[in-house]
Amino acid sequence: MISLSNINVTFESSSQTVPAVQDVDLQVDAGDVYGIVGYSGAGKSTLVRVINLLQRPTSGNVEVNGQDLLALLPKELRAARKKIGMIFQHFNLMNSRTIYDNVDYPLKSSKLSKRERAQKVNDLLELVGLSEKRNAYPSQLSGGQKQRVAIARALANDPEILLCDEATSALDPKTTLSILKLLKKLNQDLGLTIVIITHEMQVVKEICNKVAVMEAGRIIEQGDIVSIFSSPQNALTRDFINTATHVEQTLEKLALHPSLVHLKDNDILCKISYVGDSTSEPVISALTARYRVTTNLIFANVEILQQTPIGNLIVVMSGAASDLEAALQYLQSIQVAVEMIDSRYLQNSKVGDPV
Amino acid sequence: MSEFFMTYFPNIWSSREDILLSTYETIYMVAVTSLFSVLFGILFGVTLVVVDKGGILENRPIYSVVEKIINLFRSIPFIILIAVVVPLTRLIVGTSIGMHAAIVPLVIGIVPFYARQIQNALVEVDPGIIEAAQSMGSGPIEIIFRVYLKEGLAGIIRASSVTIINLIGLTTMAGAIGSGGLGSLAINKGYNRFQTDVTLVATILILILVFVCQFIGDYFTKKTMR
Repeated sequence: MISLSNINVTFESSSQTVPAVQDVDLQVDAGDVYGIVGYSGAGKSTLVRVINLLQRPTSGNVEVNGQDLLALLPKELRAARKKIGMIFQHFNLMNSRTIYDNVDYPLKSSKLSKRERAQKVNDLLELVGLSEKRNAYPSQLSGGQKQRVAIARALANDPEILLCDEATSALDPKTTLSILKLLKKLNQDLGLTIVIITHEMQVVKEICNKVAVMEAGRIIEQGDIVSIFSSPQNALTRDFINTATHVEQTLEKLALHPSLVHLKDNDILCKISYVGDSTSEPVISALTARYRVTTNLIFANVEILQQTPIGNLIVVMSGAASDLEAALQYLQSIQVAVEMIDSRYLQNSKVGDPV
Repeated sequence: MSEFFMTYFPNIWSSREDILLSTYETIYMVAVTSLFSVLFGILFGVTLVVVDKGGILENRPIYSVVEKIINLFRSIPFIILIAVVVPLTRLIVGTSIGMHAAIVPLVIGIVPFYARQIQNALVEVDPGIIEAAQSMGSGPIEIIFRVYLKEGLAGIIRASSVTIINLIGLTTMAGAIGSGGLGSLAINKGYNRFQTDVTLVATILILILVFVCQFIGDYFTKKTMR
């Protein structure tokens, strides 16, 4: 559906050249919801603009819908862009037009009759749930409503691809969720392929099936969301995942308040992670029943990504040394990853009494 | 009442036809010049915006040529400009005297100012909206007419009313080449013949014209602001 290869984008100013995107290969298949995450300045927005050539790459190949976009004449490119919808962080609606006219704008150059256009605009407004606002102006709408109008407008020419450039970054969490829900619905009902640029891992977690992580113009890690979330290879990727799962934050909090843990001599503080099926086993109760190891659950987080559960627990296990060893072996045998957390890590902390 | 009038405004009644004619001439010059200026001013203003760096038809050479021409003509004091363009005026109108002849220097004098005003109004249009239009497959012509000129309309109207008020000022200077109008009236009759009441009435009429333009401009600016 979208295939970028060897993309480089370099911005030249009189004093310096800034490489914004370097050697990027990206493959988005039909029906994907592809997330591209990265901090500000990582080159995400530049990269997404390469897909519809709002930004021409300095070098590389751009193929969308089987067309080599770089080889098209201006007129052909404009026709190709009609099949690639785009929404923006700041919505970019035309303030002097009503909601109806905003959605109608991209249809004016189509071959549809006036009546067909009216029908289409009304259907689109219905789809995004804003029919009653058709005669309002953008300034009279809330952020979430504006983004819905922008989505309706982007869908006017029946695109197969929708590019979202930080589309939820200016919205509050609740509105963000409702917009993501709408996007998910469009993906499922219309088979729309969606590329989402964001700095929020929650957004990716919510709707993406694939994800790429960008840093300093390069994609440092990409893959399907379950494997990225369950075994991130790169430090930055782990950072991003933590912003969504809060595991690291919890450890930091424990370091500040070690008394919460009540570690005794033989106790083990550890992080237990699992993906998918291992969850169906009653792990914790098995530890108690079979190995006489009591488990104190301090933190738990389960994400369901693409119908696959990914869990992270922070627990304190107590029991006799031999029992603990057996318990750890058991966990290993059922594909549950155990990561010891050095208890000194807690004792050396700045606040709280030693345990 | 009429005694008061005869005492303090002795020359108004006898000059009433001159005053009416002058008012007509001023309005005529402003109206015709405005028509031409809107055409050329928007043409140059839009050109400056679209060929500027990052514009939809970026073209540095054209930008720098247009900009230099505009700066050049803005730098020439109007009263001198009138004299400088006399040969051109003769070529176009056939004479260099009268209100028709005045239109040539008036257009040349006001277009650069107006073009700058238009440019300022159009750069106010959110670049994100231009980008959105591009992402929807709009071409340059479509973006100019359906985005820039529509989204920038409030700014364009504001620029136009400022320009017309300026233009009224320029028409009075055109009196120097015998263009007629309220400027000539105030100088030739009022000042040179010591008919102070005529000068006063000319001033009041000019002020009324300015206020009316300002009012109309404000009204439509408000109406188009979103």
